[in-house]
Amino acid sequence: MPDCILRASRLTKIVTSGEAPLRILDDVGFDIDSGDTVAVVGASGSGKTTLLGLLAGLDRPSDGEVWLDGNALSGLDEDARAALRQRLLGFVFQSFQLLPALTALENVMLPLELAGAPDAAGNAREWLARVGLAKRTTHYPKQLSGGEQQRVAIARAFAGEPKLLMADEPTGNLDHSTGLEVVDLMFRLNREHGTTLLLVTHDGELAARCMRRLSLAAGRLVADERAAAQ
Amino acid sequence: MKTLRLALRMLSRDWRAGELTVLIAAMMLAVASIGTVGFFADRVKGALSQQANLLLGADVLISADRPLPDTFAAEASRRGLATTPALKFNSMVQRASADVAGSGAVLADVKAVGDRYPLRGAILLVDEANALGTRARGVPGRGEAWPDSRLAARLNARTGDVLSVGDSVLKVTAIVQQEPEVASGMLAIAPRLLINLDDVPATNLLQPGNRATYRLLVADLAPRGAFDPYLNWLQRELKAGQRMENVRDLRPEVRQTLERAEQFLGLSALVAVMLAAVAIALAASRYLRRHLDTAAMLRCFGASRRRALSLFVIQFGVLGLAASAAGVAVALAGQQLLVMLLSSISATDLPAPGIVPAISAFGTGVLLLFGFALPPLVALSGVPPLRVLRRDLPRPRPGGVIAYLLGAGVIALLIAWQAQDVKVAGIMVGGIAALLVAAGIVAWLLIVALKRLPQRGVTWRFGLANLRRRPLASSLQIGALALGLMALLLLTVVRGDLMQNWRASLPPDAPNHFIVNVLPDQVDGVRAALKSISGSEVSLYPMIRGRLVEVNGTRLDTAQYEDTRARRLAEREFNLSWAAELSKTNRLASGKWFDGATGTDAGISMEQGIAESLRLKLGDTLTYDIAGTPVTAKVTSLRKVDWDSFRPNFFTLFAPGVLETMPQTYLGAVRLPEGTQSAAWVSSLVQQYPNVLAIDVGEIMRQVQAIVEQVARAVEFVFLFTLLGGLLVLQAAIAATQDERRFDAAILRTLGASRAQLTAAQVAEFVVLGSLAGLLAAAGATATGYFLSDRVFQIPFSANPIVWLLGIGGGALTVTLAGWLGTRGMMRLPPLAVIRQLG
Repeated sequence: MPDCILRASRLTKIVTSGEAPLRILDDVGFDIDSGDTVAVVGASGSGKTTLLGLLAGLDRPSDGEVWLDGNALSGLDEDARAALRQRLLGFVFQSFQLLPALTALENVMLPLELAGAPDAAGNAREWLARVGLAKRTTHYPKQLSGGEQQRVAIARAFAGEPKLLMADEPTGNLDHSTGLEVVDLMFRLNREHGTTLLLVTHDGELAARCMRRLSLAAGRLVADERAAAQ
Repeated sequence: MKTLRLALRMLSRDWRAGELTVLIAAMMLAVASIGTVGFFADRVKGALSQQANLLLGADVLISADRPLPDTFAAEASRRGLATTPALKFNSMVQRASADVAGSGAVLADVKAVGDRYPLRGAILLVDEANALGTRARGVPGRGEAWPDSRLAARLNARTGDVLSVGDSVLKVTAIVQQEPEVASGMLAIAPRLLINLDDVPATNLLQPGNRATYRLLVADLAPRGAFDPYLNWLQRELKAGQRMENVRDLRPEVRQTLERAEQFLGLSALVAVMLAAVAIALAASRYLRRHLDTAAMLRCFGASRRRALSLFVIQFGVLGLAASAAGVAVALAGQQLLVMLLSSISATDLPAPGIVPAISAFGTGVLLLFGFALPPLVALSGVPPLRVLRRDLPRPRPGGVIAYLLGAGVIALLIAWQAQDVKVAGIMVGGIAALLVAAGIVAWLLIVALKRLPQRGVTWRFGLANLRRRPLASSLQIGALALGLMALLLLTVVRGDLMQNWRASLPPDAPNHFIVNVLPDQVDGVRAALKSISGSEVSLYPMIRGRLVEVNGTRLDTAQYEDTRARRLAEREFNLSWAAELSKTNRLASGKWFDGATGTDAGISMEQGIAESLRLKLGDTLTYDIAGTPVTAKVTSLRKVDWDSFRPNFFTLFAPGVLETMPQTYLGAVRLPEGTQSAAWVSSLVQQYPNVLAIDVGEIMRQVQAIVEQVARAVEFVFLFTLLGGLLVLQAAIAATQDERRFDAAILRTLGASRAQLTAAQVAEFVVLGSLAGLLAAAGATATGYFLSDRVFQIPFSANPIVWLLGIGGGALTVTLAGWLGTRGMMRLPPLAVIRQLG
């Protein structure tokens, strides 16, 4: 039986905007096993990104609890959660979130440098090679295509060798064929490194490649399906 | 250690990507301008004082009625300062040869000097071939006497004649035309004789009862910073009856000119500080906005808040130190260039640049950076990491009220430090605060007005909506722009007016001779003679000598004045006069002018400065002893006097009907042509009226005029720096919102707006922004100009309508131009690229 890397229990998020409090997430709970690939799907506004923020400890729930590798996030302060993210998590974003002032190599190096890893440059170079960008290390984000930027972001996410990779609409800003390449890359690295993958997407094709699909509608978990392993 | 290395790496990446250019430029400019002004002011102030000291013959004069202790000279020598003793006493002097009849004995002011006299300036001797005189080499030798031209005329003596002074017989080997010690000699009634100090004992004149003044002249000829410590030492050592005087104490017009010169230079430095602070604040807040994502990513990748903060603080610290050091280097080069440009100043030996301006400029840079950058940095480290998922999260405010207070405190501190003058600092801080408040109010009014305005055309609507959308940001931007424009206006128009008024207060036809000691029955004759030579009517003013003996019925105790100048003034006999009309060079400061009232009931009008020094105020009852008769009256008004007008002025004026019967003499001032003619005229006047003195103040005037001219040029150069500062502020203020503008423009273009429409919308916004800022700037510059000329420089103020025209027109034009240049490039990029880059 694999370990449980991530557990959510009765997660609820209420925001007060305007006159009435708005329930963005309502009593969502699930366990995710180590090495699993999970897609969180749902229509726009169903609460997917909010859920991702709560799971990564980037935001606090109104109610409920998240356990990340056995650590209850509600018991940790902001800095302790940051330290936990550094140890366990990698991120890939819809809008890539590369820092414009840094080259591709430096963008990949940044989390390694923050963690104080030895030979950040060598490591980052290696990861860029693995995503097929060995020749573009000195390019700035604005000199790269969208697909290339997302590949840099993936290299950055995997470089820290996280146990859990979270991706927020990773193909959202890419055309179809580029999106496919990026997805292939993510799944390949996931297999090679045994990383757990948690994707937020409304791309059915991408969701179909995951072993498990969690469906959100209006803030509630409405379906939890397991696909046959690929 | 790891954090430091990472911070340095992040900094170098930012540097390479050009993210730091504005901030570094602002900091370097701040430090460079403050440093240049500081270095220059330091050196020029020294040079100006030295020039003024030529009038004194030394940097400081120590005097007493008894011999001075040897320690004064010994301590000065030990500290590497030059000294020379001098002795002054009165004596009858006459021609020694019995065969010369008629001239008789003349009471002279005998000055016996040591070999090194004078330490500053030179003795000028009468030279038939050269109207301006020849510099004397050394001092009179043993057995020699140098009478001044007045004494020579009275004795009818020339070179080679023999004079008897006390028991000694001395030979005239030269006639003195001008002596450096004009400063203290203006109202010395007696003509002067210069002899060698070693000849004094033989004269047998230093008997008890003969009042002599013992002097020590001290000068810092090779400045190594020993002078001020010596003065401090001396201040502690001085006993009762011993006085320390410098040229400022002795000559009010030189004192006033030097003080104004320092104020002008200080003002330029102040404006530089102000602009630098604004530019840094703007650049730092732009840095904050552009690094929100970096901060959020750092937090998302697991950096703690403290780690993120220390990463940014280290980067800023390194940046600040490097930029400040570079700024100091630029300042050193700048002031050297300035010195080279001002050849007339470099002719007199300038002291080397000191370390103090370097330290203060450096410190200013670091202080400014942290005063204005720390709040944004703290805000950066507090960016919620969730921002990586949600870009629409509200931006962190840089620390709220505390941050603004910190910044305001730093500015106030710097201004007070630079100005070293509470009044000037107060006016500056008040002006800035008023301007910012006004900007806030105007922005608010604008928002109200815009809502009511009929909306005409999409471009205007959109352009003005931009201003309305962010009331706080808009008003800050208007405030910053107004500040930059105001500085530019102050430095161009108002500064020009101030300088012109200052120069005008010292007209080229200012009198160069004072005619003193005219007896009442000679007034008509002297006046006629003066008119025939100068070609214009010359006023002669009555003067009565009197000593202030009682204040509010209590005997005046001069020991109460700790300030030596005040004590000396109180001990001295005042020159009193009366007047029915207030003269052109006097202005009423408080109280009421006589206006027809007469007698002691009408009271006394005092000069404001001396009233302050002697702690006298409106309503005090003063008693003067005038030739044994006490005269009592109340102070009914205080006057400001333009001393550098070189017209006869009086500390104390009575109303008509009080002093007319007292023993009095008359004095006046007249402009005489330079050169031999006037020397001849002076000697003929003195022969006709042997008691009358004609005192040449041309040298003092030339010094004062030279100071004014040099400062005018120095201020013009320093102005270049401040101009750059003003432009940088304008640029930074526009750059502050440039990203948003570009983004908005890209969105509008995707919605189908044409480039012409976009440009029109931007121009609309910039024109409104610029002209509003210009309006505020003109108001601020006019108000500041008024306060400065009226309260600080005491120069008459004249409002200049050009300020308003230039402010509003120039503001609209420069802001529009700069804004259009900044956003133009972006209009060419495909909108998606812009959105992707900035979204």
